[in-house]
Amino acid sequence: MTDSASIENSWLEQALTKALTKPLSHLVNLEQPLDFNGYFKAGGYVGATIALKENSPKEVLNIISDAGLKGRGGAGFPTGMKWSCVPALQDSSKVKEHSYLICNGDEMEPGTFKDRYLLEGVPHQLIEAMIIASYTINANKAYIFLRGEYYLAAKRLQQAIDEAYENNWLGENIQGTGFHLDLYLHTSAGRYICGEETALINALEGKRATPRAKPPFPQVSGLFGKPTVVNNVETLCNLPHILKHGSQWFKDLSPNSDPGTKLYAACGQVNNPGVWELPMGVTIRTLLYEHAGGMKDGVNLKGLLPGGASTDFLIEQHLDTPMDFDSISKAGSRLGTGGLIVLGDQHCPVAMVLNLLQFFAQESCGWCTPCRDGTPWVVEILTRLEQGQACSEDLVQLDELCDFMWLGKTHCALAPGAVEPLKSAMRYFKEDFEQHIEQGCCPYKSNNVQHEGTHNGK
Amino acid sequence: MQNNNNDINLAQQIPSITIEDEEFDYRSYLNAAELSAIEHEVAILETREAAGIEALKVVQQHRGWISDDSLVAIAQCLGISSAQLEGVATFYNLIYRQKVGHYVIHLCDSISCHLTGYDEILIAIKHHLGIEYGQTTADGQFTLLSNPCLGSCDKSPAMMINGIHYQNLTEQSVVAILNGLNLNLGESHD
Ligand SMILES: Cc1cc2nc3c(=O)[nH]c(=O)nc-3n(C[C@H](O)[C@H](O)[C@H](O)COP(=O)(O)O)c2cc1C
Ligand code: SF4
Ligand code: FES
Repeated sequence: MTDSASIENSWLEQALTKALTKPLSHLVNLEQPLDFNGYFKAGGYVGATIALKENSPKEVLNIISDAGLKGRGGAGFPTGMKWSCVPALQDSSKVKEHSYLICNGDEMEPGTFKDRYLLEGVPHQLIEAMIIASYTINANKAYIFLRGEYYLAAKRLQQAIDEAYENNWLGENIQGTGFHLDLYLHTSAGRYICGEETALINALEGKRATPRAKPPFPQVSGLFGKPTVVNNVETLCNLPHILKHGSQWFKDLSPNSDPGTKLYAACGQVNNPGVWELPMGVTIRTLLYEHAGGMKDGVNLKGLLPGGASTDFLIEQHLDTPMDFDSISKAGSRLGTGGLIVLGDQHCPVAMVLNLLQFFAQESCGWCTPCRDGTPWVVEILTRLEQGQACSEDLVQLDELCDFMWLGKTHCALAPGAVEPLKSAMRYFKEDFEQHIEQGCCPYKSNNVQHEGTHNGK
Repeated sequence: MQNNNNDINLAQQIPSITIEDEEFDYRSYLNAAELSAIEHEVAILETREAAGIEALKVVQQHRGWISDDSLVAIAQCLGISSAQLEGVATFYNLIYRQKVGHYVIHLCDSISCHLTGYDEILIAIKHHLGIEYGQTTADGQFTLLSNPCLGSCDKSPAMMINGIHYQNLTEQSVVAILNGLNLNLGESHD
């Protein structure tokens, strides 16, 4: 008893030393997350107290805008700017309409597992964050939209929600401030497109989860036609700390143009895959070699996707690029979710791209033609190419399909996201694509597991 | 608008379901536990329709899968057409519209697993159980399905069986896991 209590205390002592440098993750405990009392004693709910008791919603908005927090769901849109489009924050003379807050915990992008770490490791942090955000945008109802496969996170979140109700951090008249918030957990049932914010809203309404046309934007007309803000788990989890330590502290966390820290990750052919909270703007090289332990089994780096399956490949020459939104986009890719997917030189890049496109083809919701027809078409060509049965006209066709599915031609970003790894692979690994045609087989075959029914030669 | 179009197409493809809609009494079909769980979900949402996915999950938890009759009963309970609910049910990986085994194996086939040994794991499972994707073993114990990225990419290859995640799989460990589950079959699953 005393033993485990002292272990717990020393864990907490250790954790608290990192409160100012690793705000998001310092309290993460995947074995046994802090319950309400534990989280409270560790300095939890201070940010929410400051927001609700010392600031008006408009003032909270100003603090968040000033901090320069950008969305961690993939697009990097400034959070303060997103919130400020909500009618309740636009015109204070009008009667305020209630809005909804939705936390996007769908996290189904292949190679992305950062939100899971926060959801399973410190669920009260997200609840505190959602109280702050709901207060700011005048929401009395908030939803956590969680992917169906995260059973453990669901259990832990529901427990934390129940505790928050018991301790008057949810429900009527929160901590005597007059603010009222109901928070619900919605668990989905496995479909990537539900992560797109307007598809997510349709899913919550019980409809088939196809995206909606924009405008109207959700901040104006979203869930059940009411103003709605959708924010990513990691984005929201920054809020308590910004309220607690101030926007200047947040800006000082990183040496770059993008403030704060980021949950970076690495997976694939590296020695030490994992997730790490680091100052925004750490270089790819540092992430890959210092944190992820470098390449596995002595293979060399062939390429990597810097931020999940729907980002462009980067290669050796980009290793010194800082992992922030602007720098990665200047290098020709996107920061996305900040998780590296790393490919070694013993594995076929065509097979990798085929796997990615199979995912997008399967998960396309089928609403628009370029995506519904384009993604399986690409899969068909890549399958033949990988088996050595394609010709050079097929490469021209792939190029055309990339244009056909590009930005502006589809309702949502799924199809352009599918194009990014394909198009960049065809640029950086052009020789590999051509060799599959010239040799009539996969030149990597001896290194890879044979696929069932592999084609031999011509 | 678009949803409606989809629903019309679906209704045309599944005439038997829409015909039955008229005469079905969901109250005698769904049991008390199912009905109260569904009404609990309805109470926290703004419309009955919004509880569709939750209601499907409730009934699936009790019955293992969503039969045509279950679909019609849930649709009536929520006051929507079964064609519309079918559009929702078939949209999701984790709603089973066919009978599945006691244990449903969801093997991740996405990129990190692909780069770290997915092919071998798939072969090991297929070989051990003697089934392909989409099939159920003859004794009704295991169904094999693929799943997009399970969020265990740093511990890949990964799979999920009845809500439990298994990570860092090897050809040996996956077989041991399946054998272990087989022994537990006597216990109830939720
Ligand atoms: C196909 C698709 C899938 C998406 N999946 C997710 C997701 O799982 N989680 C997430 O936070 N954002 C996802 N997004 C981005 C959301 O639409 C939205 O931009 C984000 O939740 C906004 O949060 P933020 O402003 O806090 O970043 C997805 C977008 C697209 C196009
Ligand atoms: S781009 Fe694809 S996923 Fe997005 S709306 Fe169109 S068909 Fe659906
Ligand atoms: S790719 Fe398999 S768990 Fe993410």
